[in-house]
Amino acid sequence: MTAIAIVDYGMGNLRSVSKALERVAPYATVQVTSDPKIVDKASHIVVPGQGAMPHCMQELDKFGLKDVVIDAARNKPFLGICIGLQMLFDESEEGNVRGLGVFPGKVVHFSAGGEADVQGGKLKIPHMGWNQVYQTMNHPLWDGIRSDARFYFVHSYYVKSEDPNLSAAYSLYPTPFTCAIAKDNIFAVQFHPEKSHIAGLTLLSNFAKWEPHSSH
Amino acid sequence: MGLAKRIIPCLDVNNGRVVKGVNFVSLKDAGDPVEIARRYDEQGADELVFLDITASSDNRDLILHIVEDVASQVFIPLTVGGGVRKVEDVRRLLNAGADKVSINTSAVLNPQLVADAAGYYGAQCIVVAIDAKQVGEQGSQVPRWEVFTHGGRNATGLDAIEWAKKMQALGAGEILLTSMDRDGTRHGFDLALTRTLSDAIDLPVIASGGVGSLNHLVDGILQGHADAVLAASIFHYGQHTILEAKEFLSQHGIEVRL
Repeated sequence: MTAIAIVDYGMGNLRSVSKALERVAPYATVQVTSDPKIVDKASHIVVPGQGAMPHCMQELDKFGLKDVVIDAARNKPFLGICIGLQMLFDESEEGNVRGLGVFPGKVVHFSAGGEADVQGGKLKIPHMGWNQVYQTMNHPLWDGIRSDARFYFVHSYYVKSEDPNLSAAYSLYPTPFTCAIAKDNIFAVQFHPEKSHIAGLTLLSNFAKWEPHSSH
Repeated sequence: MGLAKRIIPCLDVNNGRVVKGVNFVSLKDAGDPVEIARRYDEQGADELVFLDITASSDNRDLILHIVEDVASQVFIPLTVGGGVRKVEDVRRLLNAGADKVSINTSAVLNPQLVADAAGYYGAQCIVVAIDAKQVGEQGSQVPRWEVFTHGGRNATGLDAIEWAKKMQALGAGEILLTSMDRDGTRHGFDLALTRTLSDAIDLPVIASGGVGSLNHLVDGILQGHADAVLAASIFHYGQHTILEAKEFLSQHGIEVRL
């Protein structure tokens, strides 16, 4: 039985994530929850997140969800979205906050206005809109998705992993940055699959069906 | 390649129905918002903007139900504006399924609202809408634009460019810029306004007001330096589909999501 828990720590719109999963995985139960016990029992975990990472870390702590999220990252199909990707790393430049430290590396800011975009205008921050995602790894979550498909992004910070083998995809803004990572049972993306039309729904459908081989 | 320029159809919603823009001859019914949203989604719209122009407070909550319905069926970003006065209004719209909330008149009356809402929910979901009109002599060497509120009726004395910089400093994540001189004219964007404002800030800018042809969309991006272009009437009445607009942009060397 597939039971997907979407971890809710009070950071805004989770309706789109749950509606999108309900659409692509009608066989699964999809629950938006702040209850660590439900997160612990679920078969699949989605950790979304919007806004500022310091606030996200603080709220995750306040809801008592930090340990259960770290635990899920060790042994269950785990999908991180946006801040849910960023928080897996050691630290963020945003407010100099500590992340969960699942992976070595840090979260850094795009340098505003420094470079021109492809149309000759200035580089805008946040990086907002539909960008191409170039896959760098074969992965079940990429099934049926072209390696230049566009996904919807909205963020001002991106992850700089210390482990080059983590990267599952990159995008250009205007220089390459890692926009998806994968290791064992973890897949995490900087873009928003729940807002990325058919490509995004395909990724979520793949996630709901995913049975990673545990590294343990 | 990189980030695509966005095409955004705008739906003005009055008492739960999509209506034709206010500066046209009459307020004409253009259909059911959920149906229209679904159609634009199928045609490849990059985002949708809903502006609630309902005057009566009795019907204010209708927009929440519409957003809920649309967000359950359409998986692209939704921006909702109109009548947002408090952080609580922002919260209710985000919980209903909006990804971004647009603040216009209330940002002028209470700039702290922008700071509070962005501080809590993040800059990525706060759009500040600026309605600007050129002031001083038309065609003068150094044009200036002033911010207007209440649908273009009230002058504020604020310089539009300085106002945009202030909104960026307070935490806005995007600017929705409408030329009141061009809105409803179908003569194209105010390109000088769009370019001056877009070049003055680091935030993405959505150009709005005046689109009457696909050439205007191209001009808004190439000459106005807009990151996204918004239009209503050319899409609502079947003059062009979103796909036609995107193919036209692409033929002019503009990167789009096709």
